[in-house]
Amino acid sequence: MTTQIRKSIFKRPEKAYVHPYFGGLVLGIVLFLAFFLTGNGLGSSGATSRIDALIVDSISPSHVDNNPYLLKMAGGDKNPLDDWIVPVFFGALLGGFASGFMNGRLKFMTTKGPHISDRTRWLMAFLGGVIFLYGARMARGCTSGQALSGGATLSAGSWVVMFAIFGGAYGLAYFVRKLWN
Amino acid sequence: MNFPLPSLIAVSAANPWTYVLFGAIGFAFGYVLEMSGFGDSRKLAAQFYFTELTVLKVMFTAIVTAMVLTFGAVGLGVLDFSQVWVNPTYLWSGLVGGLIMGVGFIVGGFCPTTSLASASTGKIDGMLFMLGGFVGAFLFGETEPLFTNWYNNAGYYGRVTLDQVFGIPVGAVVLLVVLMALFMFWGAEQLERIFGKKDLSKEPRLRVAGAVALFAGAVAVLAIGNPSLEDRYNKVTFTRTETIPQLNADPIVNTYVYTADQMLEKRLVFTSPAEAFKAKYNQAMNPVYLDVRSEADYNLYHIQNAVNVPLGRLTEVIPVLLSEPPANTVFILMSNDETAAVAAWKILVGSSVQNVYILEGGVNNWIAFFGENEKALRPAPNAGDDQLGYIFPAALGSRYESCSPDPIEYEKLEFEQKIILQLKRDKSGGGCG
Repeated sequence: MTTQIRKSIFKRPEKAYVHPYFGGLVLGIVLFLAFFLTGNGLGSSGATSRIDALIVDSISPSHVDNNPYLLKMAGGDKNPLDDWIVPVFFGALLGGFASGFMNGRLKFMTTKGPHISDRTRWLMAFLGGVIFLYGARMARGCTSGQALSGGATLSAGSWVVMFAIFGGAYGLAYFVRKLWN
Repeated sequence: MNFPLPSLIAVSAANPWTYVLFGAIGFAFGYVLEMSGFGDSRKLAAQFYFTELTVLKVMFTAIVTAMVLTFGAVGLGVLDFSQVWVNPTYLWSGLVGGLIMGVGFIVGGFCPTTSLASASTGKIDGMLFMLGGFVGAFLFGETEPLFTNWYNNAGYYGRVTLDQVFGIPVGAVVLLVVLMALFMFWGAEQLERIFGKKDLSKEPRLRVAGAVALFAGAVAVLAIGNPSLEDRYNKVTFTRTETIPQLNADPIVNTYVYTADQMLEKRLVFTSPAEAFKAKYNQAMNPVYLDVRSEADYNLYHIQNAVNVPLGRLTEVIPVLLSEPPANTVFILMSNDETAAVAAWKILVGSSVQNVYILEGGVNNWIAFFGENEKALRPAPNAGDDQLGYIFPAALGSRYESCSPDPIEYEKLEFEQKIILQLKRDKSGGGCG
């Protein structure tokens, strides 16, 4: 009985991904509704630094007071999590999980190119995360907050960020091709 | 009803539904990313080797869909674009940050939100990317003081959209972006055919219909254009509360909602010279005195620190007024009497500039109030409406005594409080920042 339930939760038949244009259409409607109802777009990297600020603030509040970047989020009695982007962040985690569950894609595994080991992939994923979020905070937003949201509202700066992201990735792609091909 | 809804612009403990709403938006966001295949880093990285351009297709379909719908809603007058967050342009930190993100993308195989979709479905590399993200964001916070000046100022242009950059109507930009996206989709499919050995004949025919619909939507946005200033002015409302103290009970608070014309009629936006002067010494607000008279009048006499923007050129500075100043800025408009200042008020209010007031009785009333003992100024008996009511011996600008009243002499001033600060959302509170 229990194994059956386990099977039904974790071994659901894996379904194919939706067509990219359909996925984009739905994402566009979600983005529009976000703008229409709340005036804010989508994002997530802001939540990462807010959670960081919360951790720093709980360990060393005086450090926050000496750092202008953290001060804006967690200075004084400000709660760094008191921002719309935080529920969006946790919602996205939940939404990803729900889609994985519905489509039978909940599975502990490592997605990687065929010629590298799991360990190399883990190291690169971690490094990539460090680099990406460093850049995202510098640019004041990531692919969601800048490229997607700013792209749709025609923000001039966001289009620069978008092309810079693709430029950086295409520029380096040849040199790290062993990772993926 | 005017969107976005003011109560939903930010999360607040007073309205717990805001958390639910933003959580639901995030949920839909994560769901779509996962079902599009972005939980798998190979699908994302394939973009950069031309074998599969899912990233570009999803992203640009989303951008153009949201763009057409957003600017369509703006054109129809249901969505107030000035209340929609537009990422401010920081050219250099955006460019460098973007390039760094590109490096992180190809090395790590994810972007931040896709790593959430990946991690939550059990992908170990997605979890490690997420973990690395916390480290990267932390490192940025620690190193930002080293280049804080560059980060906050280099290539800063404020809220600027592509139509302003190119000087063409926003509908034209929408159409051009849609055409560019359709061309990119065609190019992407050709690349997939060549590099990814994909059979295009198996692609759904429906996508052609989608492309046509998108194009038609963009043409419609261009045709609709923007709502007129008058339409927008008529939609503006103001909220004022009145507190009536009660004996032995909680005071009664009445809330009134007024249209812009009612605010003028009830003279709720006319601030007395005393209040306008005292605003300078009020820590809570940051007054900006906008003098909308001609340059000649301004040169004859103006209040200290007043900025001259002749009425005819007011629309040029609106983008700056919307994006530049801190949220507690109060704009105090003045003409010689009130006629030109009221016209300016209507323009600014219709353009969604917050906290705009009019100097009651204009510069003439200011002089009557603060300059009654100033011998150099003689009344001009034949001045018409909105003309200077005084004769000046020389064009001394703000060097007459009454231009900058002595704060000690006028320390105690009685006035009726008209300025009610509306704090729109903090500039740093929007977007991903």
